[in-house]
Amino acid sequence: MSEDYKIRVKHLNFYYGKTQALYDISMDIKPSRVTALIGPSGCGKSTFLRCINRMNDLIPISRVEGEIVLDNFNINAPSVDVVMLRCRIGMVFQKPNPFPKSVFENVAYGLKVNGVKDKAFIERRVEESLRKAALWEEIKDRMHASALMLSGGQQQRLCIARAMAVEPEVLLMDEPASALDPIATQKIEDLIGELKEYYTIIIVTHNMQQAARVSDMTAFFYMGKLIEMGATDTLFTRPGLKQTEDYITGRFG
Amino acid sequence: MTQENNIIEHSFERVHRRRKLIQHVIFIIFRLAALINCAGLFLVVSFIALKGYKAITWEFLTQPPIDSMTKGGILPCIIGTLCLGIGSIIVALPVGVASAIYLSEYARPGRLLKLIRLGISNLAGVPSVVFGLFGLAFFVIYLKMGESILAGVLTLASLTLPVIIGSTEEALKSVPDTYREASLALGATRWQTIYRVVLPAALPRTLTGAILGLSRAAGETAPIMFTAAVFFTPHLPASIFDKIMAMPYHIYVLATAGTDIEATRPLQYGTSLLLVAMVLGMNLVAIIWRSVLRKRMK
Amino acid sequence: MTNARQQTDKSVRFIFFVVALASTLILFMIMIFLFTEGMPIFKKVSVHQFIFGKYWYPTSSPPDFGIFALIAASISVTLVSAVISIPLGVMTAVYLAELAHKRTAEILKPIIELLAALPSVVIGFFGMVVVAPFLQNTFGIPTGLNLLNAALMLSFMSVPTICSLSEDAIYSVPIALKEGSLALGATHLETLIRVILPASISGISTAVILGMSRAIGETMVVLMVAGGAAMVPSSLFDPVRPMTSSIAAEMAEAPFRGDHYYALFATGIVLFLFTLLFNIIADRISHKYRQTGEASL
Repeated sequence: MSEDYKIRVKHLNFYYGKTQALYDISMDIKPSRVTALIGPSGCGKSTFLRCINRMNDLIPISRVEGEIVLDNFNINAPSVDVVMLRCRIGMVFQKPNPFPKSVFENVAYGLKVNGVKDKAFIERRVEESLRKAALWEEIKDRMHASALMLSGGQQQRLCIARAMAVEPEVLLMDEPASALDPIATQKIEDLIGELKEYYTIIIVTHNMQQAARVSDMTAFFYMGKLIEMGATDTLFTRPGLKQTEDYITGRFG
Repeated sequence: MTQENNIIEHSFERVHRRRKLIQHVIFIIFRLAALINCAGLFLVVSFIALKGYKAITWEFLTQPPIDSMTKGGILPCIIGTLCLGIGSIIVALPVGVASAIYLSEYARPGRLLKLIRLGISNLAGVPSVVFGLFGLAFFVIYLKMGESILAGVLTLASLTLPVIIGSTEEALKSVPDTYREASLALGATRWQTIYRVVLPAALPRTLTGAILGLSRAAGETAPIMFTAAVFFTPHLPASIFDKIMAMPYHIYVLATAGTDIEATRPLQYGTSLLLVAMVLGMNLVAIIWRSVLRKRMK
Repeated sequence: MTNARQQTDKSVRFIFFVVALASTLILFMIMIFLFTEGMPIFKKVSVHQFIFGKYWYPTSSPPDFGIFALIAASISVTLVSAVISIPLGVMTAVYLAELAHKRTAEILKPIIELLAALPSVVIGFFGMVVVAPFLQNTFGIPTGLNLLNAALMLSFMSVPTICSLSEDAIYSVPIALKEGSLALGATHLETLIRVILPASISGISTAVILGMSRAIGETMVVLMVAGGAAMVPSSLFDPVRPMTSSIAAEMAEAPFRGDHYYALFATGIVLFLFTLLFNIIADRISHKYRQTGEASL
């Protein structure tokens, strides 16, 4: 049974100091699907996403309870090495955050810090990742230009390529298109559709049309609780709960 | 594809343990560096305190030196240092605050502002002994003040000016713009806004800056060597044109050129302790006050 | 009524403007007086002889006014102290900005500030009575008042500058970059070395230059512990006489507007130019840094 799910979240609670941000979240995420997390701002969807690669470890006063099982091990277990974990679970952030290095160095970064020395291999993998991110054709002549010279949309696709270069199994995306214009957003969305073949993708978005367009499964968060989760088609057309319906219809007008 | 993934997996596993170990070792070194700084301060202060506390008696604080400075107290030095420190703040504070007000409230970006900023940042970098030379050439000789409290005060004021400007500017910046906008929207002029709203809000932090400036001035030696301080004077200063003794200079003289360096060690330790206590005490007051203000702002 | 108020506003503005010029004015006056009191020496010796002359015997007859040894002393003392203070200052900054718990950092930062506030004469005194005998006994050298001692004590003075400015620079690196690197499976150390430090390198360079500027201009410490011999040092244990200590030690004895007096002011010019250079470089770097910072936003 557990083979059917990539990630199983069991009774997850999360605290910032004394305030509780997530309440008893349980959720199963299937492999090679796009799962969208929606909900009003401050509902805990980003916090939840950042629990999955333990990015919240950076916040000194935070505390986690419960399990997040990736394949068959609990990532919250004390023995888990976050560095190894983050090699398996990639992340793309809200604002494009390329390093102030060249395009090539940005994509090669994850490989290099992980001790890959084979230059030919790195070059091949960089090209492959940029191709997957649909960026190769646009910037193949500018591999050694600063990544900061790229447009916002290109920067974000570069960040996606950068995350893919280490061949993660899961890709977390935290509102990846919120800082982009509609055309760049379109490209990112197309890309997500192509990438789900290779990765389990979890995407946080405040834009419900986007969730409807790109995702297979949708989870609705409200006030730190998981209200409802289901197949995207069903959730948007026949939500099971009044709360979900209010949110969805409210947004659609 | 599988083979490639093997390359990665393999590298990951192999280097991973070493990466963690390196990180562990280097972070320990970083911690040690921080520790060395604290240890340095602790070492100096505790050494001076242990050696000096015996020298500090009522007589030490209230009597002038006797027997060609081998015995007695350091009252004239204490008074001299207070005169110089307070005097220089009296001069530097108004000038510094006014400069900071101009810079942060009135000035528009441009070549002139750049020039003024360049002047301030370079003045902050001028070595203290060069201030001494300047004081000697300008205040003592050119303006015919002679070696005097006044010349020393003005020299020290020039030196503390950038400190005061810097901290006052920070204080002014910490006043939210909404205060200014609210006042201007009520029909107040810029000056009325500054005088009635911005300055009162910035005052506490400006004063912490003034304390820091005062402590800086009190601890300086080189600028007063040629402008105000003397080896020994039997009289307490009667006017601002008198020469005076000062604690930092007193330490220097006793430690390097006194009549009997070893015999006056207790006096040297005592004076050092008093100076350190004064300077660090003022700094501590300023630091604590500042953090209280910050908390209140939140 | 309104008119009068605006008139006041204008005149107040003008007064503040004039006062704000004071710092720049003082800086100019410093230059003018250094030059008027220092230039006459060049009637006796050429600029080249003055700067590269190996002998500094200002009181013998005929006197020698060559400050090469003094310049060499200032530079070597500053460089040796930089070797100590740069790693110490930058590593402490990294610790404060990246590693320390918030509460620990809140206690440590004031301690660094207090270190900066220690009067230089006290540090010099400490060097004389504690470090000098220690060096003398440990290394079996004739005197503990030497280049190494001066450099150690100077590090005391420049570490706080380097540390607090570097910490600001490191702290201002956007957290997004740090998260980006960590999310790719880099360790904290790798993130530091490959992302955070490169991104803050201009701020750190500024800090280092200002710290060195502070060291080269420091007077009391070198006056008390450097040993005072006007010769080009050949080892760490040689006593030296940096420019600042030469000025401070000799000005009192130099006959008013005699050659010695002029020569000391001329030494002041050289010293002033050194620190001016340091400050201009620091200003340039931090300015450039600010511009790229805005451009990348």
